[in-house]
Amino acid sequence: MHSAVVAKEGSENFEIGSERTLYPYVTGTSVIGIKYKDGILMTADMGGSYGSTLRYKSVERLKPVGKHSLLGASGEISDFQEILRYLDELILYDNMWDDGNSLGPKEVHNYLNRVMYNRRNKFNPLWNSLVLGGVKNGQKYLGLVSMIGVHFEDNHVATGFGNHLARPILRDEWHEDMSFEEAVKLLEKCMLVLLYRDRSAINKLQIAKITEEGVTIFEPYSLKTFWKFSAFHNPTKGAEGSW
Amino acid sequence: MLLQKGVQPPSFRKTGTTIVGLVFQDGVILGADTRATEGPIVCDKNCEKIHYMAPNIYCCGAGTAADTEAVTDMVSSQLQLHRYATGRESRVVTALTLLKSHLFSYQGHVSAALVLGGVDITGPHLHTIYPHGSTDTLPFATMGSGSLAAMAMFESKYREGLTRDEGIKLVCEAICSGIFNDLGSGSNVDVCVITKGRTEYLRNHQLPNPRTYVSSKGYSFAKGQTEVLSTKTTPLKEKVEVIEGDAMEE
Repeated sequence: MHSAVVAKEGSENFEIGSERTLYPYVTGTSVIGIKYKDGILMTADMGGSYGSTLRYKSVERLKPVGKHSLLGASGEISDFQEILRYLDELILYDNMWDDGNSLGPKEVHNYLNRVMYNRRNKFNPLWNSLVLGGVKNGQKYLGLVSMIGVHFEDNHVATGFGNHLARPILRDEWHEDMSFEEAVKLLEKCMLVLLYRDRSAINKLQIAKITEEGVTIFEPYSLKTFWKFSAFHNPTKGAEGSW
Repeated sequence: MLLQKGVQPPSFRKTGTTIVGLVFQDGVILGADTRATEGPIVCDKNCEKIHYMAPNIYCCGAGTAADTEAVTDMVSSQLQLHRYATGRESRVVTALTLLKSHLFSYQGHVSAALVLGGVDITGPHLHTIYPHGSTDTLPFATMGSGSLAAMAMFESKYREGLTRDEGIKLVCEAICSGIFNDLGSGSNVDVCVITKGRTEYLRNHQLPNPRTYVSSKGYSFAKGQTEVLSTKTTPLKEKVEVIEGDAMEE
């Protein structure tokens, strides 16, 4: 979305119109990532919201990058696709060196940080929060880059609503060297809370793992929800007519 | 105009808060943190957010502290007068209706978000009341700035038919989640357990943020620790004896 540039002959070119991102249009909601025994586990749902409509229900927001990394994004989907193109180019040039070395997650994270910060300084941000996880030479790495270039690495990260709803659970229940099953259970716990309490979440999620062996993105599936609390059945029991 | 000059309007004392309530098998448990903030400053490290409404009804309040205090006090008096008039124990829906009609008539300007819980003749009840006057009846509820952190705990761990100890443990976990993950909440955990015929107000049930001192004995400054540069002794002036004079002329 940009305003048309109107330029008259001989007149000064004021900043009447300019092309820059003002607000996101098609957005993805939270991404959660955690370190576990063998590597990184990341999860995101498959929804792409167009404002308050749930427009797209099969958006893959977790993508492998090179041999050692996995990228998850929340926010504007078109900007995420643009970032994937940048990363494609980055990995291609790296492969062209053909020197036996390949970009690890730390390097990709740094590259993304530079890109995001640079765009922010030009007042034209890529409207995403990116989760970058990977394993190289046995070293696990999990980091986050926000749309303004705030970046850090941690044992567990979350974007969007996940910050408020999933982080408390992760801070309480994450521990070193979780097994794959434990880690999946923990992620599902967080995703269930998000499903209940985030209006843009949908019940179709994907889990992806990255280990020394490589990336596996699992098939989408849905969680079981529970709605049978007795207070929901008859909230006005004992006070008929109230609401 | 003044705002343009940089004048900041006084920031209200808000209870940027975590308050929760849940229904367990014998009644209702309410919980709250104890931090009161004035903008970025913690003005009260140990305030009380669980307000008395009736012997069998208590109410947690989030939002502007003055508003929550005033509105709960007011309805508490109204309930007492009503008890005298009817000769019966107060019901939670009575408190609910009084609170919601008051808040609605002020169109949201009374900034009080409440978690009302109690046990009356019709059973245990838990309600949330929003500043504009809408209410919900729920098995578990959270309000305040720390509500998302507390709700994350509740949504993952709540089930029906909790025992008293399990309920208190879950409430404490939810409040601690708010205390440690939300900047507007902090300090200690207050809990109130309401059952048929008995209410227990557990003030400061948990103190997860104790004041720590580097030395357990406190600090002592022995003579000789500070270098003395010079000494000057001035004796106090001689005390002058005042002889009682005659009484003043009237």
